[in-house]
Amino acid sequence: MIETVNLVKNFGSLGVLDGISETIHKGEVISIIGPSGSGKSTFLRCLNLLEVPTSGQVIFDGVSLTDKGVDINLHRQKMGMVFQHFNVFPHLTVKENITLAPVLLKKLSPAQADKRADELLQRIGLQDKANEHPRRLSGGQKQRLAIVRALAMSPEVMLFDEPTSALDPEMVGEVLQVIKDLVGQGMTCVIVTHEMGFAREVSSRVFFMDEGRIHEQGSPADLFDRPKSPRTKAFLSKVLY
Amino acid sequence: MFTNFWPNLAKVWGRYWGLFLEGAGLTLLLSFITVLFGTVLGSLLALARRSRLKVISVPASGYVEVIRGTPLLLQLYLITFLLPEVLPMLNLSKFASVTVALVLNSAAYVCEIVRAGIQAVDPGQAEAARTLGLNARQTMTRIVLPQAVKNILPALGNEFVTVIKETSLASTFFVGDLMTVYKTAQGATFTVIEPFLIVGVIYFVLTFSLSKLINAFERRLKASD
Ligand SMILES: Nc1ncnc2c1ncn2[C@@H]1O[C@H](COP(=O)(O)OP(=O)(O)OP(=O)(O)O)[C@@H](O)[C@H]1O
Ligand SMILES: [Mg+2]
Repeated sequence: MIETVNLVKNFGSLGVLDGISETIHKGEVISIIGPSGSGKSTFLRCLNLLEVPTSGQVIFDGVSLTDKGVDINLHRQKMGMVFQHFNVFPHLTVKENITLAPVLLKKLSPAQADKRADELLQRIGLQDKANEHPRRLSGGQKQRLAIVRALAMSPEVMLFDEPTSALDPEMVGEVLQVIKDLVGQGMTCVIVTHEMGFAREVSSRVFFMDEGRIHEQGSPADLFDRPKSPRTKAFLSKVLY
Repeated sequence: MFTNFWPNLAKVWGRYWGLFLEGAGLTLLLSFITVLFGTVLGSLLALARRSRLKVISVPASGYVEVIRGTPLLLQLYLITFLLPEVLPMLNLSKFASVTVALVLNSAAYVCEIVRAGIQAVDPGQAEAARTLGLNARQTMTRIVLPQAVKNILPALGNEFVTVIKETSLASTFFVGDLMTVYKTAQGATFTVIEPFLIVGVIYFVLTFSLSKLINAFERRLKASD
């Protein structure tokens, strides 16, 4: 579904992604772990061209996104993204946050979008807040809103960049639950996370990134219990006590 | 010298109060026109400065830098003397050319206000919009600008206050603003201090009440956030 070919990203003279070639298949749940600064966010953001790769290709549904003449906006509609800091729209109501994109981009009629928003809000238990502004929501509620806002576009894949890192501990669970439900419904997901227990539970494959490369990868059992590389071992020994 | 202060003050006000108020009205009108058109032109300049096309962004930046880097009085002189020479067919009145000069000046400042207002919006907002599939224009009009307006409006109010004071330079060309009335009253009554004080008080009342209004408005904007 998503394939990267020799993906390189530099910020000026700083090399961040060092030629990543990887394929993510439909229905897979990929967790990306690794030390701070290893390029996890950059890799994720290259997948929907939020960062433009310095060289290499991102192929999504058979289309090379970096090619000239490709309408990236059209492809982004099929790739939902959730950020560490939620980025819900403060000037819109909770419901408008969800309906804006599908209506504006003509994926749904206003009536359909309204109905879909009701369903999605029901799903995350925020139907009572539909007409309020997000400033009244807790961090966990904001993040759940951000997730269903992306889902309203009926994406084929969801990209998560540390979705629980900015949350108070008691709110982490509710957000992870929404993601688990999504995984249960077969959504393809790529998740950058520091929640090792969660990664082990939901992932079909885990990538360990280090210094701009996918240094080691495998099933959660293999990667967490039988890591091969000394670097992976060193990292895991720091994050799993 | 000041023994006649109160009588003089009463005399100047008594004889010219109508003119003073008229002058204040004209100053307000001139300021309002300046900020209104300055805002339109300034917003266009801000868009131009953000353009990816260098042929658009570079001249816009250059314009803003030159205007902000030279005195307003000099710009007033240049425009009021230059415009009738270059475009004699327009047959511009003195008031009109002074207004044009003030607008051209204010636009540069408004441009920076709009730019700062846009830059103060969290970049994550635009990123979130782009990942939903909105294009750059939709992101600007639907997500960034509605939030930037909250930063821009109070700053525009302050620009209005500044312009009220700056229009006093227009009196150099006797266009009938508050400061022009000062010159009339001073020349006719041979008093210096008294008409100055009257004019000063009127300017202060205008700017102070406007500032208070802006502050109240700003608090309401903040509260709705
Ligand atoms: N826009 C940018 N400009 C310059 N350097 C950047 C930019 N974005 C990221 N970097 C640098 O690229 C490197 C990798 O950043 P990235 O955010 O991908 O790391 P990460 O693995 O997500 O780390 P973390 O766990 O802290 O989020 C870092 O050294 C970072 O400082
Ligand atoms: Mg990161």
